[in-house]
Amino acid sequence: MAEPKFRVCLCMFWAVCPKDDFQEELVIRPLHSGDIYASFQFRTLWDTDFMRENKVSHYRLFPKSLGQVISKFSVRELHISFTQGYWRTMQWGQPFIPSPPGAELWVWFQDSVTDVDATWKELTNVLSGIFCASLNFIDSTNTVQPSASFKPLGIGNVTDHSFLRYATLPREIVCTENLTPWKKLLPCGSKAGLAVLLKSEKLFHSSFHSQAVHIRSVCQDWQCKTTSWELRQTVNSVFDLHNSGQAKREWSLFKMFSRTLTEACPLASSSKLYIDITDNPQGEQFELSPATSLLSQAVVLGDRRTFSVYDLTQETTFGSVRSLNLLIRWKSNEGEMLRPLLHAERYVAGYGLQTGEIHTLMYNNHPYRSFPVLLLDSVPWYLRLYIHTLSVTSKGKDNKPSYIHYEPSKDRVKPHLLEMLIQLPPNSVTEVTVQFERALLKWTEYPPDPNHGFYVGSSVISSLVPSTVAMDTNSTRERPLFSSFFPCKEESSYFVRIYTEPLLVNLPTPDFSMPYNVICLTCTVVAVGYGSLYNLLTRSFQIEEPNPGLAKRIANVIRKMRGVPPL
Amino acid sequence: MLALLMLNILAYMTPNPDKTQIIIHLLSVISQNSAGQFFSSGHTNNWAVLVCTSRFWFNYRHVANTLSVYRSVKRLGIPDSHIVLMLADDMACNHRNPKPATVFSHKNMELNVYGDDVEVDYRGYEVTVENFLRVLTGRLPPSTPRSKRLLSDDRSNILIYLTGHGGNGFLKFQDSEEISNVELADAFEQMWQKRRYNELLFIIDTCQGASMYERFYSPNIMALASSQVGEDSLSHQPDLAIGVHLMDRYTFYMLEFLEDIHPASKTNMNDLFKVCPKSQCVSTPGHRTDLFLRDPGSVLITDFFGSVRKVELTMDAINLTDPIKQMEENPVNGEEQKEVYSYADQLPVSEIIHQKPKQKDWHPPDGFILGLWTLILLVFFKTYGIKHLKHIF
Repeated sequence: MAEPKFRVCLCMFWAVCPKDDFQEELVIRPLHSGDIYASFQFRTLWDTDFMRENKVSHYRLFPKSLGQVISKFSVRELHISFTQGYWRTMQWGQPFIPSPPGAELWVWFQDSVTDVDATWKELTNVLSGIFCASLNFIDSTNTVQPSASFKPLGIGNVTDHSFLRYATLPREIVCTENLTPWKKLLPCGSKAGLAVLLKSEKLFHSSFHSQAVHIRSVCQDWQCKTTSWELRQTVNSVFDLHNSGQAKREWSLFKMFSRTLTEACPLASSSKLYIDITDNPQGEQFELSPATSLLSQAVVLGDRRTFSVYDLTQETTFGSVRSLNLLIRWKSNEGEMLRPLLHAERYVAGYGLQTGEIHTLMYNNHPYRSFPVLLLDSVPWYLRLYIHTLSVTSKGKDNKPSYIHYEPSKDRVKPHLLEMLIQLPPNSVTEVTVQFERALLKWTEYPPDPNHGFYVGSSVISSLVPSTVAMDTNSTRERPLFSSFFPCKEESSYFVRIYTEPLLVNLPTPDFSMPYNVICLTCTVVAVGYGSLYNLLTRSFQIEEPNPGLAKRIANVIRKMRGVPPL
Repeated sequence: MLALLMLNILAYMTPNPDKTQIIIHLLSVISQNSAGQFFSSGHTNNWAVLVCTSRFWFNYRHVANTLSVYRSVKRLGIPDSHIVLMLADDMACNHRNPKPATVFSHKNMELNVYGDDVEVDYRGYEVTVENFLRVLTGRLPPSTPRSKRLLSDDRSNILIYLTGHGGNGFLKFQDSEEISNVELADAFEQMWQKRRYNELLFIIDTCQGASMYERFYSPNIMALASSQVGEDSLSHQPDLAIGVHLMDRYTFYMLEFLEDIHPASKTNMNDLFKVCPKSQCVSTPGHRTDLFLRDPGSVLITDFFGSVRKVELTMDAINLTDPIKQMEENPVNGEEQKEVYSYADQLPVSEIIHQKPKQKDWHPPDGFILGLWTLILLVFFKTYGIKHLKHIF
């Protein structure tokens, strides 16, 4: 392969050779409802120091725009995701990389930053230019500083939460203009490798679509004395069986993406395609073609899954036609889906435009184990929460959270922040309810379409769920990318983060034509009333001769000429 | 042509020895003129500001209008970094769109003007009158990214295209505010005084569009509109699968006209004025050229829609300096004492439970509290007199 030789040559010319590495993978997991879940991950590792005095000037695989953002704003970790659709945990299981609907951005800054809020504001503006999204709408009214959730996913000895900022824009639309700059960040762009499959016309014609960028520091080796920067770009999408217009249950790369794979990215050190065949050990449920002999097992999301692997760096994978079009054909339709151990729902109850109630339900489906759950709720200021009505009940009984952190909102300045650590009893539903009152906004604060409603961002539920198999705590062993996103500290449980639905709440909307009506009415009353009064007071009457006929006028003219008084 | 005729006449009239000299002299004059004409437009870069001001699904055609102009402008060479595209609503990924990530301009879904490589700079709620005027005049907050700025200079030719719903003297932005023709004229005057453009082409496709350019008073502006005052601009054709009208007539015929233009074509503005006559458009397109210094017949379409770069040939040689040497980094092996890093615990339950509440920063008392205390103190001293002060302090 030409790539390692190239790197060696570079190293000869320069004293120090920053080592960077690019890997790409695609995991395809057939779901029980007939849909199919595709998860792309592109990871660039770079052994460099952005916080150095002399700026880094030579970028190879790592995109320069993100590198400059990291060094200019002293970012320790950056996670940004754009999602369209809502992940249905009960039908689809757990995603590899969770994300809430809309846009979500959370950033850990270095402790050298003095004014975190100003840096945060500038960072959101710069990111809105990079990703063509309206991230500049992130300001103090939708930014919160969680006190216990969102611990750094990368290396971190210090976790002072004053350097963390979290914001979400549930209304944000995701479309091709967000995918275009995202694709340009990849080393091969969308020209080679797995990224050729990312065509917007097929990708956005799906039930769920999410693209994300995650930047963090990771350990370089098992000793973990040096760190390197990791950039992960992920795309998760779920394609609907009936939406794509097919009668029988059969999926192929061409049907999903309208493209096939022809080569791996030449800059990638590994390029793999994984198909989840755990439910199909003997091939009785579905058939995979072209067949592959490579198998791999990985422990992910608390379960040991088996995967068929296609290595795209090998020429033999593409066969004689030089293209890989994977075909999955179903033979039978049985099989029970494993119920996810944790899932959550949220809805607004109540009637009218005055008050309401937010209900969050968390389901623990484990038969005998209970586990702790950290619930983060960020509610905009115009829904005035009454925290004295907050109640947490499990199985009908009161369940007192072991930790509550509440920051009340300030009108037009900051939102409510509610964080609670709740222990969910086994096999139960826990319900968290809080009443609120809707505020009347000033008439200039309404968006152009106020009758659509106002969005409340998703609740974030972070939890350590007990796992059925022993998790792998050795973080530096060579593992597929999808199993190494969340760091694992203990073997008996795995970390999971789920997002509830965003809420759409109607606020009392004034009649926007009223200022115009008032002006018209007032002006009419003033004109008619004052005008007629003025006329009555100041009008004087004069007697005027009626206009004489034509003959009389001519006679008058002649008389005037003669000097005789007129008729 | 006239010069050649003169040349022929002179050739017959003068005696032989001088003839060749006169011919050479005249030929050089002619070649200088054509070279001069080649450089006569005076601009060095091109910008485009394309705005769609309408929201809601039934205004699909306005987004399609703007995207078709965007597509032509990109095809003729203006890069994304020189285009400020403002779309007030998202039609491509709208949930009512039966074909997501597409915006069609012709029925039967022939032409997808959205494409695969689109960069929208201002979208959704960001398209407001204030943002539009700030983009034009350059008065943006310092943290605005480059892709959202119009970084033109005094040698830039700018194309400004507006579409939406309009009336006599105003253009409606997103159903909640409007921009008047006086405001627009003043913004262009600000641009002229700050030397932000060399020449400006203003195209508007709304009802009564001609009213929007009536008030312009800055030099070097050429304006086109799709209808006169008192007339409505009509839409072209609906698509039964998508369910809405796909484009407006004026922009539809303008797109057909622009599809024939390529970066080297010599079509001039007079042809653009003839686009969409009353028989096709039902409304009467108008144009205004009195503020423009050059003759419209000598203005190429690519002067505004394309980004034709001027090439200057030079015979000078330039010596390249030595390649930059990479900084020598100190060998890392010397430092052995390095702290061992570790990943943070994602949900440290015991730590969270015993977390101390963070010390809130002390803020000075609010105005209300200060006023209340002042009132209490005043009442106290009024009642009991100032001589009691020494008993308190």
